[in-house]
Amino acid sequence: MTAILIGLFALLIFMIVACLIAIETRDLLSAVVCVGAAGFGLALADLLLSAPDLALTQMVVEFICVVVLIRVVVTRQDHTHETPKDTFALAAVVLCLGLFLAACGFTFAALRPFGAPLFAGPEPTMAGQYVAHGLPDTGAVNYVTSILLDFRGYDTLGEATVIFVSIIGAYAVLRSVGRIGHASHK
Amino acid sequence: MQATSESGGGLSPIVKTVARWMAGFILVFGLSVVLYGHLTPGGGFAGGVVLSAAFILVVLSHGRREVLQILSERAPTIYDGLAALAFLLLAVLGYAAGGFFLNFLPKGQPFQLWSGGIIPLCNLAIGVKVGACLFGVFAALAVFRHLHQRSA
Repeated sequence: MTAILIGLFALLIFMIVACLIAIETRDLLSAVVCVGAAGFGLALADLLLSAPDLALTQMVVEFICVVVLIRVVVTRQDHTHETPKDTFALAAVVLCLGLFLAACGFTFAALRPFGAPLFAGPEPTMAGQYVAHGLPDTGAVNYVTSILLDFRGYDTLGEATVIFVSIIGAYAVLRSVGRIGHASHK
Repeated sequence: MQATSESGGGLSPIVKTVARWMAGFILVFGLSVVLYGHLTPGGGFAGGVVLSAAFILVVLSHGRREVLQILSERAPTIYDGLAALAFLLLAVLGYAAGGFFLNFLPKGQPFQLWSGGIIPLCNLAIGVKVGACLFGVFAALAVFRHLHQRSA
C-alpha cells in the first residue's frame, strides 16, 4: 500500500507541475503537450489504483484530445498578448488560494483513511450489493459494465444525452448554413 | 510536409501506407474493446474513442480531399443520431418486459461473448455513437471548415 501511495503522490506532483507549465508557458504547442502529459499521469494513477476501465478510457480520450488540439488549434496564429501583472489581482489569487487550502485541510481531516472507503464496510452496503448481485442479475463478468449499463443504466442514458446535445451544439456553431448565411449578409 | 497537409493533399506515401495498414488494426482493436466490454476492461465509450481514432488517423494522413470523396459531411451526424436512438430503443424496450432499462434478454453463460442480455447491444450502440460524435467534431473542426470557406 505504501508503494502505491508513493507512486500516487509522485504522479500527482508530476501532474500539478505539468498543469502549471501548461498555464504559464507562452508557447501554445508546449501548453498542449503539457496538458497531454497531465492526462497521461491521470491514466497512470488510475492504473495504480487498479481501475483499468478508467485508465483505458482516459488514455484514449487524452490521445484524441491532444491530436485534435494540435491539428486544429496550434496551426492557427496565437493572437493573445501578455496582460500586465496587477497587484490587486495577485492579492485576490493568494487570498482565494489560502481559503481553498484551509478548506482542503478541514476536509481531508474529516475524510476516512486512504484505502478504506465508506461503501466497503462489513455491514451491507451498496458496493457489497453490486458485487453480490452483479453476475447473477446481469450475466456480465465486468462489474463496471454491469453497473454502468444495468444498475445505473438511467445515468448512462443521461450521460449519452449530454454528449449528444453538446455535439449538436458544436455542429450548430460550425454548420455550413449559418456560415453561408452570415457571409451573404455581409 | 505541412504545406501539402494544409492544401488537403495528405502526407508522403510512406505515411499513407503505414496509416492505411494501422487503421485496420486500430478499427479491429476498437471493435473488440466495444464487443468484449462486458467481459474485459473497456466498453462502449473507450472503444468508440478508439474507433474514431482510426478515422482521424486516415484523415490526418490522407488529407481531406481524399476523405471527402468517400465520406459525406452528413455521415457522422446520421450514425450519431441512429446509435442514440438505438440506445434509447433498448432502454424503452424494457417496458415490454416490465420496466425501464430492464435486462429482458436471456443472460447466457458467464465469460461467453453472448452473455449479459442487453449489455453488449448497449455497448455497441454507445460505441458507434461516441465514435461518430468524436469523429464528427474533428471533421467539423479540421475538414469541413475549409470546404465551407471554399463554397461560401
